[in-house]
Amino acid sequence: MALAFDHAGDGAPRPISSEVVIRMDGVQKWYDSFQVLKNINLEVHKGERIVICGPSGSGKSTLIRCINQLEKHQQGTITVNGITLDSHHRHLDQVRREVGMVFQQFNLFPHLTVLQNCMLAPMKVRGTSKAEAEAIAMKYLERVRIPDQAHKHPGQLSGGQQQRVAIARSLCMNPKVMLFDEPTSALDPEMVKEVLDTMIGLAEDGMTMLCVTHEMGFAKSVADRVIFMDRGEIVEEASPAEFFTNPKSERTRNFLGQILSH
Amino acid sequence: MIRSFGYNEFLFLLSAVQWTLALSAIAFIGGATVGLFVALGRTSTIKPVRLLATGYIQLFQGTPLLMQLFLVFFGATVMGIDMNPWAAAALGLTLNASAFLGEIWRGCIQAVPRGQWEAASALGLRYPGLMRYVILPQAVKVAVPPTVGFLVQLIKSTSLAAIIGFTELTRAGQIVNNATFQPFLVFGIVAAIYFVLCWPLSLLSARLEQRYAAPAR
Repeated sequence: MALAFDHAGDGAPRPISSEVVIRMDGVQKWYDSFQVLKNINLEVHKGERIVICGPSGSGKSTLIRCINQLEKHQQGTITVNGITLDSHHRHLDQVRREVGMVFQQFNLFPHLTVLQNCMLAPMKVRGTSKAEAEAIAMKYLERVRIPDQAHKHPGQLSGGQQQRVAIARSLCMNPKVMLFDEPTSALDPEMVKEVLDTMIGLAEDGMTMLCVTHEMGFAKSVADRVIFMDRGEIVEEASPAEFFTNPKSERTRNFLGQILSH
Repeated sequence: MIRSFGYNEFLFLLSAVQWTLALSAIAFIGGATVGLFVALGRTSTIKPVRLLATGYIQLFQGTPLLMQLFLVFFGATVMGIDMNPWAAAALGLTLNASAFLGEIWRGCIQAVPRGQWEAASALGLRYPGLMRYVILPQAVKVAVPPTVGFLVQLIKSTSLAAIIGFTELTRAGQIVNNATFQPFLVFGIVAAIYFVLCWPLSLLSARLEQRYAAPAR
């Protein structure tokens, strides 16, 4: 098995598995006549951590939302874990079971307790018994350091706590890949760190992650690869060291100039 | 022979209230059952289903309830089905209520934020589970006040069943009036009884609305 070597932010090379978990081939998407994704080609390897950044409206959220088909693409193929997303509902179900997603607005179920939020999908999707689902839920709530809040409703928690619950809820399905759609953008500044720390912990455990985020510190220290998108296309793709010190395209330099200037 | 309005006449009106309530209950239960499917159809992602549900709602909201009762009652007779006023009133009101409840509940389902659908879908829940465990429990909270409000409308609507000969409160009023010729008194009392039935429900609806409008726990 060939190993590609990439560089983590600290400069140390990190071996990346050759096993491809997600493959996007010539993916195109339009909203009416407006093209949001232009010929996207992307391979994500097992255990790889990818940060996707770019100006708003560049298509980065749309890209990851195509992976679990919250948005449908019109051309090209997307393969997740060997399953190609097509019109078969069964394929979509199989993919969604293996792909966790964390949203900007948390999207916890407000009428359920934290524990019930975590137990719902394992019980109703995987058919796990109640006792086992509860054990799984408590395990992951402990992992995001929030087990004492298990019997509260989401509305009683802070934003940072809610987002950690949302991460735990996804992990309860034991996903092969985690998608993060601007997970810290709706948080008060003092709560960003607790969520990023949780994500870093996840990365250290070998989770395959795709993160749309503006947290460049996170990109530098955690990402194996940074992808820069603009106007629906992938403009640049590089290791963080390369990306931040020696960006190749003009658009990337402009973008970095804007977000790193203060 | 003209009687005057007395205690017996009043008791006759009161005993007719049970038929008004029974008809309201049947129309509400029937209307709610059918209305749930109308609401689901109205919010479906499948276009023909959505159009069908929309057409159904338009049809019943765009024609007078009295015509609907006539069509059910006389239509059944034309088609050779023996339809008594009871069954015709129950069926007509059920169909009508299902259209109105379907439209009310469509709004409640759509009031659940898009992110809830997305989170449930992303977790792998399919439509039945997504609806049952995530969307409908949240929609119900929004739905309770307007649904109780609609129940008030429904109770008053049952008075139209008097015209196809179903003896409920209004028809009882007509019968008493035919014997006493005291229309102002008789129909005043009938109206007062409707008010006594409906007013507490209106109050309840307003209170529920306040309670659910309060910020979440």
